[in-house]
Amino acid sequence: MKIHIRQDLCVGAGLCVLSSAQVFDQREEDGVVVLLQDNPPPELQDAVRGAARKCPSLAIVVEEDDPAGVAAA
Amino acid sequence: MSTADSLALPIFPAQRGCPFDPPPLYGEARDAGKPLSMQLYNGQKIWVFTSFEDVRAVLADNRFSTVPTTPGFPMQSEARNAVLQLPPTFIRMDPPDHGRLRRMFTKEFMVKRIDAMRPRIMALIEDLYAQLEAKGPPFEMVEDFALPLTSTVISEFLGVPVSDREFFQEQSRLKVLMDVDPVITLEASQKLIDYFDGLLREKAKNPHANDDLLSRLIIEQVQPGHLSHDDAVLHADLLTMAGHETTANQIVLGTLNLLQNPDQKALLLQDPALLKGAVDEMLRYNSIVQFNGARIALEDIDVNGQLVRKGEGVFALIAPANRDPKAFACPDRFDITRAPDNHLAFSYGVHQCLGQPLARAELQSVFGTLFQRFPTLGLAVPFEELEFKGDHFVYGLEALPLTW
Repeated sequence: MKIHIRQDLCVGAGLCVLSSAQVFDQREEDGVVVLLQDNPPPELQDAVRGAARKCPSLAIVVEEDDPAGVAAA
Repeated sequence: MSTADSLALPIFPAQRGCPFDPPPLYGEARDAGKPLSMQLYNGQKIWVFTSFEDVRAVLADNRFSTVPTTPGFPMQSEARNAVLQLPPTFIRMDPPDHGRLRRMFTKEFMVKRIDAMRPRIMALIEDLYAQLEAKGPPFEMVEDFALPLTSTVISEFLGVPVSDREFFQEQSRLKVLMDVDPVITLEASQKLIDYFDGLLREKAKNPHANDDLLSRLIIEQVQPGHLSHDDAVLHADLLTMAGHETTANQIVLGTLNLLQNPDQKALLLQDPALLKGAVDEMLRYNSIVQFNGARIALEDIDVNGQLVRKGEGVFALIAPANRDPKAFACPDRFDITRAPDNHLAFSYGVHQCLGQPLARAELQSVFGTLFQRFPTLGLAVPFEELEFKGDHFVYGLEALPLTW
């Protein structure tokens, strides 16, 4: 999985941090999202998919290694 | 859309039946999968969206504007109309103005900043519990617990003197009344604005004297010229208002949910790990911001197959969306083990509630301790005597008399 973030779209809601504090953080100056790792291990990936789904400004885009496999799951 | 066509349309907002559920009309339209059109108090025809997917789609689409001065913007009452014509804060702006202003505040509400406030929030709660115990039962939860707590938290956070708390509560309460003479809501709004004008001028004389949000705002945004004094006043007012009435109402309704569902209360007491999920479930179940979100289409927009034309007003309602059986199994059941992490109680899209980390921190702190401290807490009056605030922008109870 590869995670892309759009800092320009981020509104600082922090839901991503609540979903996965190991992958997402908020920067000090304005609370905008920063990535701690862009290629998380399998055990963190569901939480990342949840974060992308919950992000209110659609600022997190997940590129799946195997999109068909994920869709079938 | 002429008003003559509107004669047969149901009037918005629809009325509730059971006080714990959204008005039945919305659920019926949602589950039938049919577009719902209604008329406002002035005869204007609007579309009302009620399904989880439709409401998310509308709220996420910035071609639906929140600017109330746009011709045709839907207003649910004359009093609300009056308040929305005042100079706007970022919640009534579209991108890019919205983001430019909102970003001046986002760092204050970051998860880790708010988490640092939890010990202070807990200390305030403990003080209130001690006061209740000293006075003895019965007590009234709105006035004796919820409003004092949330009002003090936001006052300290912003740097507003706690001694002005009663003034805020009363003006904030008046400002959001719906079915009243608009003079009342306008007067309350003006009193709050005048107060903040004075407070910010006072703080500007020595902004380094205090470590609070408004002082930091003056130093980082107003003095360098990024934010005008007048806009700072408006935003101070917004944060104060948004910061306490909503959370106070959720504390009260959440307490009632647990009293009315003793099996859920017992589960929560047995297993503290259920706390965060329980708080999200009460947010979903109550969906207290009952007239969110009003929008106007800036161009023709397709919402999951339904066409909204440019200039048409819509409401994307979070309460029926949060009870959509396609999103939540047995949606009308209050079930703390559901732990819904995708509910729309804080709305969605770029306007999603800025204060949600603070709201969650306060709610978790209250519901992690209330029934432990008062295990025999119960209603002091029959349920039938409770009055729900059907016409307020924020749903809740006029009062919740409790005893133990």
